[in-house]
Parts: sequence; C-alpha cells; structure tokens
Amino acid sequence: MRRGNGLFPVRLRDEMDRVFGDFWGPALRVAPFVVSGRGGFPALNVWEDERNLYAEAEVPGLGMEDLEVFVVGNELTIKGERKDVENEGSAYHRRERGVGAFCRVIQLPIEVNADQVEANLKDGVLAIRLPKAESVLPRKIPVTG
Amino acid sequence: MTTATFDRTTESAPKQGEFTRCGRHYQPNVDIVETLDELMVLAEMPGVEPNGIDVDFENGSLTISGRVAPRQGAETEYLLQEYGVGDFHRTFRVSERIDAAGINAEYRGGVLTLHLPKVEAVKARKIAVRST
Repeated sequence: MRRGNGLFPVRLRDEMDRVFGDFWGPALRVAPFVVSGRGGFPALNVWEDERNLYAEAEVPGLGMEDLEVFVVGNELTIKGERKDVENEGSAYHRRERGVGAFCRVIQLPIEVNADQVEANLKDGVLAIRLPKAESVLPRKIPVTG
Repeated sequence: MTTATFDRTTESAPKQGEFTRCGRHYQPNVDIVETLDELMVLAEMPGVEPNGIDVDFENGSLTISGRVAPRQGAETEYLLQEYGVGDFHRTFRVSERIDAAGINAEYRGGVLTLHLPKVEAVKARKIAVRST
C-alpha cells in the first residue's frame, strides 16, 4: 500500500479513502459515485507509450462471462460479479477472497479511440490496450526553408 | 495488491528464512474450506508462470508459492499504480491429518485450487444409534 511520508494531508486522504472505499476486503461493494482515484475493486495500473494507453487489473477467479469492459468518451469502466459458491456441509476456516458485484470507473487522461480498444484476460490478469485518438498523437511538422 | 497483501515479513528476516530472490513478495488471499472428506484451499495468484507454482506439504506445514514474471519493464512510468507485481508465498500449519499422497492442485484463471484429502481415520463418521 502506498503511503505518504506521514504528513497530515496524505494520511487524511487515506483515511477518507478507507471510509468511502472498501478496498479489497471481504465484501466488494459497487461504488458508482467514485469516478477516479482509488475506488475499490479492481485495483488498476495504468501507463502509456507513444501510441497507446494501457490499463491492467488483477481479477483472479473471474471468467470472460463475468466481466464487462467498456469505454465511453473519456471513461473506462470495468464491472462484473464474482458469484458466491454454495458449499453444502462445509465450514470455512478462512474467507479472504472477495465476493459480489463491482464496478470501477476511471477517467482517462488522454482521448482514446474507443472502437479499437482491446482487452485480454489470461490467468486472472485483465490487460487493456487503448489506442490514443488521432487528434492527440504528436504530429511532426515539417520545417520548410 | 488487490488480491494480496504486501508481505511485511520480508522486511525483517523471518524465522523461516529470507527469500533468495529480491523484489516484492505477496501473500495471496485464500479461502480455506473444510468438508467431511477434505480440506480445500483456494489461493488467488494471478499471472503466475506455467511452471512457477510450488506446493509443499511437510510435517503438517503447507507452503504454496508462485513465481510471477514482471509484466511491464522496470522503467515503465505509471500514470496510476495501485498494485505491485511480485512472487506469491504463503505457509499454513494444517492441524488436520492429511493424506499427502492424495493432494491435488489445479491452477486456472489465476486461482490455485488445492484438495487435501483427510486421512481415513479422521473422517467424520455417522454413528448409528441403536435403541433397545
């Protein structure tokens, strides 16, 4: 967990996050009002290169039919549900894996081409490639002289 | 981090020994379910290499570990980084008597499922009550 160096404002923000976001505890909550920042499950890593934005999330135990990924305008939404498995005649020693519905929406910092977004799920890792929109790609301007 | 907690024992040398590989290590989240016949362990370990899973059961101690190859280059600059990628390790003391030869493991969708069958003698048995 990333922590600030103990200065008051960062600690306060972490406390607020803890109150409003239920991060990866026993129950996964739908948090539609949290649009950016730490909003619950799944945790996201986002990076870019020249032509693409990339987003990755760890969603073990979920199949393609349990997940929905879509891009609308500048927002990337990942939602889905991990169904509870009924175990008759059994007792839980530990129950740490989350169960339930989740929905995570993040604002993308750059415009992307929603038609060409690709998502891939392998071994519980969801990898999303979002090609940047033409209008934001750097354009070399020829210098005449 | 969403599926695991950062293993603080790597920061100070733990009693069972330090890991030889450097880098971050994580404890996978687990569900442990006991049925009449077996103990079932489900551990969330996404992104583990195909031969990178080790399950060890010795003297009542069950150790699971998974080797994870880094998915992005070390020099990647993240716009948002909410979790880290690293190897998984977790050890449990199992109080049930387990038939070690019968343990089987399956890795699918990022989840390692272990079936640890109980030794015959400790299986719960319904006792018929005769009334006279």
